[in-house]
Amino acid sequence: MKEIVLNVFILLTVIPCLWVALSSNIVHAAFSLLVTFFGVAGLYVLLGADFIGVIQVIVYIGGILVLIIFGVMMTQRGKLLSLSVQLPGKLFAGLLCGIILTALIMAASRSLWPVAVSLVNPEPTSAAIGDLLLGKYLAAFEVVSVLLLVALVGAVLIVRRSVRGE
Amino acid sequence: MSYSLQSFLIVSSLLFCLGMFTVLTRRNAIGVLMGIELILNGAGLNFVAFSRFLQPSQTASLLSGQIFTLFIIAIAAAEVAVALAIVLVLYSQMKTIDVEDFKELRG
Repeated sequence: MKEIVLNVFILLTVIPCLWVALSSNIVHAAFSLLVTFFGVAGLYVLLGADFIGVIQVIVYIGGILVLIIFGVMMTQRGKLLSLSVQLPGKLFAGLLCGIILTALIMAASRSLWPVAVSLVNPEPTSAAIGDLLLGKYLAAFEVVSVLLLVALVGAVLIVRRSVRGE
Repeated sequence: MSYSLQSFLIVSSLLFCLGMFTVLTRRNAIGVLMGIELILNGAGLNFVAFSRFLQPSQTASLLSGQIFTLFIIAIAAAEVAVALAIVLVLYSQMKTIDVEDFKELRG
């Protein structure tokens, strides 16, 4: 049963991902990205990371994807921008990615990972993650929150300046 | 595929390589951004898979990998906000988002 659910989520992740890479229509690519993000959220939940799964749905699907689709619609008046490089460049990129993919898969399957002998049953993680964020990882947490603030203010500033025409 | 570390590693390698292919082949600036999101997702999946399957050491807690993924998601959000602002400004000034047209800085 678990294997079936796992395989469904893997297919849900990989097939739309292929479409993102190969589709010539940028709107189709954006909506395939939605399904990919959802599949990855499912994989997180299967790995016992319930909090990360929910965050994935909220931030990626609710935030980043909406921004990307907004950007797609803002930047194509009239014609669809299905720009992609010419065939020789595509072949070269495909070859490069194929080589790296083969190397990664060989490394993943041949290495002797120090896998835990018995998997503990997953427990709810939200409370423990909250403890870690406000304890051991407090400094990193604060730095990331300042980074987010600076990035958002900076984004507003960049767009505002161009609207004023400076 | 079976429920093992290797299946998750293979899925995240696929996400990473397809993301890289997208970044290399798209000329649409927003398409490039989508590829970067795929790459970051692959990295995050790797971290969570390792934190689930590997033997935890004495000092690190069981959830360290998930914390890393949390930070990756936060930084991806910041990155996409700034990148889209830049793309919108470029579009309003140059009327295109073809990355090969942005050669003002070329020496």
